[in-house]
Amino acid sequence: MPILSIITFLPLVAAFMLIGMSKMTKAEGQAQIEKNAPRVALFTTLAVLALTLLLVFNFNTSTAKYQFYEEFSWLGGGIKYRMGVDGISVLFLLLTTFLTPLCIIASVRSIKKRMLEYMVAFLILETLMLGVFCALDMVLFYIFFEAVLLPMFIIIGVWGGDNKVYAAYKFFLYTLLGSVLMLAAMLWLYNFSGAVLGAENATTDIRTLTKLDIPKGAQIWLWLAFFASFAVKMPMWPVHTWLPDAHVQAPTAGSVILAGVLLKLGGYGLIRFSIPMFPDASIYFAPLVFWLSVIAIIYTSLVAYRQADMKKLIAYSSVAHMGFVTMGIFAMNVEGMQGAIFQMLSHGIVSGALFFAVGVIYDRMHTREISFYGGIVKYMPMYAAVFMLFTMANVGLPGTSGFIGEILTMIGAYQVNPWIAFGAAFGMILSAVYALHLYREVIFGEVRNDKLAGIKDLTKSEIIIMAPLVIMTIVLGIYPSLITDITATSVEHLIADFSTKIGGN
Amino acid sequence: MGQFSYFAGEVVLGLSALALLLVGAFGGKNSVSFVRYGSIIALIIFSFTGFVLNQKGTAFGGAFIADDFSRYVKALIGLSAAAGLWASRRYFKLANIDKFEYSILMLFAVLGMGIMVSAGNLLSVYIGIEMQSLALYVMAAFNRNSSRASEAGLKYFVLGALSSGMLLYGISLIYGFTGTLDFGVIADQLRQGQHIHTGIIAGLVFLLSGLAFKISAAPFHMWTPDVYEGAPTPVTGFFAGAPKLAALALITRVVTGPFGNVPEVWRQVIIVLAVLSLIVGAFGALTQTNIKRLMAYSSIANMGYALVALAAGGAAGVTGMLIFMSIYLVTIVGIFACILQMRTRDGAVEKISDLGGLSQSNTGLSIIFSALMFSVAGIPFFMGFFGKWFAFAPAYNSGLVWLVVFALLASVIGAFYYLRIIKTIWFDDKVHDFVTPSRSLAFLSLTSALLLFPILLLPFVAVPARKLIETAATSLF
Repeated sequence: MPILSIITFLPLVAAFMLIGMSKMTKAEGQAQIEKNAPRVALFTTLAVLALTLLLVFNFNTSTAKYQFYEEFSWLGGGIKYRMGVDGISVLFLLLTTFLTPLCIIASVRSIKKRMLEYMVAFLILETLMLGVFCALDMVLFYIFFEAVLLPMFIIIGVWGGDNKVYAAYKFFLYTLLGSVLMLAAMLWLYNFSGAVLGAENATTDIRTLTKLDIPKGAQIWLWLAFFASFAVKMPMWPVHTWLPDAHVQAPTAGSVILAGVLLKLGGYGLIRFSIPMFPDASIYFAPLVFWLSVIAIIYTSLVAYRQADMKKLIAYSSVAHMGFVTMGIFAMNVEGMQGAIFQMLSHGIVSGALFFAVGVIYDRMHTREISFYGGIVKYMPMYAAVFMLFTMANVGLPGTSGFIGEILTMIGAYQVNPWIAFGAAFGMILSAVYALHLYREVIFGEVRNDKLAGIKDLTKSEIIIMAPLVIMTIVLGIYPSLITDITATSVEHLIADFSTKIGGN
Repeated sequence: MGQFSYFAGEVVLGLSALALLLVGAFGGKNSVSFVRYGSIIALIIFSFTGFVLNQKGTAFGGAFIADDFSRYVKALIGLSAAAGLWASRRYFKLANIDKFEYSILMLFAVLGMGIMVSAGNLLSVYIGIEMQSLALYVMAAFNRNSSRASEAGLKYFVLGALSSGMLLYGISLIYGFTGTLDFGVIADQLRQGQHIHTGIIAGLVFLLSGLAFKISAAPFHMWTPDVYEGAPTPVTGFFAGAPKLAALALITRVVTGPFGNVPEVWRQVIIVLAVLSLIVGAFGALTQTNIKRLMAYSSIANMGYALVALAAGGAAGVTGMLIFMSIYLVTIVGIFACILQMRTRDGAVEKISDLGGLSQSNTGLSIIFSALMFSVAGIPFFMGFFGKWFAFAPAYNSGLVWLVVFALLASVIGAFYYLRIIKTIWFDDKVHDFVTPSRSLAFLSLTSALLLFPILLLPFVAVPARKLIETAATSLF
């Protein structure tokens, strides 16, 4: 059974069903369709989640090979439809399918117009995100990777805030510009595979391409081209400026997906392409990446502290946390790589949760100004407790999932360059500064604003959203092996493979 | 059958044009529909004769070539012309210029294109081009009560005559220095490594300039925006599709046939044309407010992409060009079917801002329009991306890396103005309620959007289609 294809395309099928049903319904039935659209979307995404859980339980953690492999002939000339997951990608599938149903629940109340189209966009988005993590063919990967822009562009542009069009454009063009350079590099790789293996064996199979021995001079250029795309997606300092705009303007669920999954595509790409395919160039550029990461961690933490808008603050903190990820990846040892993957998954949960938390009070007060709030612990004790947990996870307090990723990446980086680890540790202190600042200003202090009187605590549906996030944050913080056991074999294999390639030259 | 089967399609087209002309002349107003549907049938027969008869060879002493390449290109041309004719009915009726001559002109234009695509001799090149162009000039000015349309027709005619002059001058130079008009004989004279007389190179440059005018490649693009804007919309849609493919096919024939042995001579010309077209197409479109003008610049840019593939040379380059152009033609038919649906109670509108908030009044059209725009912008998941992929891959393989990177960057700029249309449709406030479109338009736009949605990517369609195009391309070598 092609389970990966089913998981990937099930949301797309549901999206088409929704469009079809709405087309076939007469005007008087449209209201009913609008009402039922979120339910259809929710059931679909839950089914996908169940299938993904099944997949993870059946996943064999003792091998680094790609599992659940599917292959169909597709475009000819070595370009085939290839899907498969290994220890690195399988958990990202789970992260995506875990967050999407929560986003849909959160959207039911906060989205006021065109519910049907919104749900369609979200379902399509889920298909594309899952496709990125499943794709084992370079062209297929690129298609999913790029196509993610389309629904996100629409989601920001139609359901976003006041300055949505600007943000949507900036998001789209920034990422597109990065990606076309990657496309050029992919063309080169395709051509190169033909030159090495013979023209009739030219392929875009990621596994075959990983085994090729690419000359060092070419590696440098290819690495840069891929990096242009992934660095924008991550986003790394200094190409991060699209992120705060996109986050601030996107609707809550859009921000959650953006922070939770889309930012991980960049890191995933680095692990899947840059490191194994261009090892020499990766070594060559590692110092550059380190310094960019440290600058990102320290600089964006400082910027985050001075933000007046809650979402912007969290957006900048995301850039800082992604700095840990790049640092861990380019430490190029098992600890760093494990830490980077853990940090991505943990950040997906924690930053997603923080955006949900902001969405909760935004839905009530329709502002994200930090100075507007203050002292809401009086009215929303439960909310304050939940927010506290996620703030702490964001800071990286031991016992939460945020700690594990940061400490592992720092251990990894320390082995390579202690100064980098030192800079990152300094950034952790700064993260406590801005996160606690946000928490104090919003939750504690005097009630400065009369409008806050009578603000309601978490509703039932909000508890449903928060509960799994709270549980995951704590469980992963206490028992990280849940993740590291699954990723271990693949990561060790990746690093071993990397070392032999480096040693061989 | 003998030689006749090689050009049977053209004969069918010519005879039915003459017969339908008589029907129209005697039947008057009542026969307009009959002539139109008759022409559509003739075009469809024309499209498939090459495949049905399956005859390959040359006729008229080498002046007319029937091969896999010509029959594939002719099929595309015929079908897109038929689609254009079918879509035009309502527009002409509402503009009060629903005359039978339009269908006849279309048939003659396609006949000219058929000759261009099959040309095996510099004279048949010229005959084909003139036959096509004269019909197109009249079509541009078909709405003769509109001063804009007349201006468009006149402009097209004057500049077209200039380009024909250049073309003829080039032909005469080549004839003068080689002593022959036949493609095969010229090819024999121009062997690799041999010294090539400067006169021949000058002739080739003139010849290519004249042809570049027909595909509106920069710097010979000046007429395009004005003609596209002024001509009736169905005519514009036709201009953007079939004639471009025919002229590109002719360029392909010239550079692979008589000049096939000396790629270094023509390649630089093609590269210059490609680069300039990409620049003009990308930047010219940024400030346009009229959607037809925008499409003019878009077609300039797209010709740039096709030329990038052609510059790669060899069967791979031609394959890339054909794949790109096939996808481009489908897109163009769809886009113009959408533009023709931009009609309020007060008549057709063609400003981009008129699309504002379309998603609120007509979701179906909005989705189709957006899909077409994403596709022509080359965003993955739509066929447009694969068009670019297959156009750029051979150029990349032949070492034109900088050109590909340049084209990719140009496509990012291009994405900006296609996105602007999508932005207007989805994000802006509602401006108009469009009237219900005719069934043919709805069908055409939906079909082409569905074709561009990755349906074609299913292996049982993609692999045979690719094989078909590859055979077509290899038949040139």
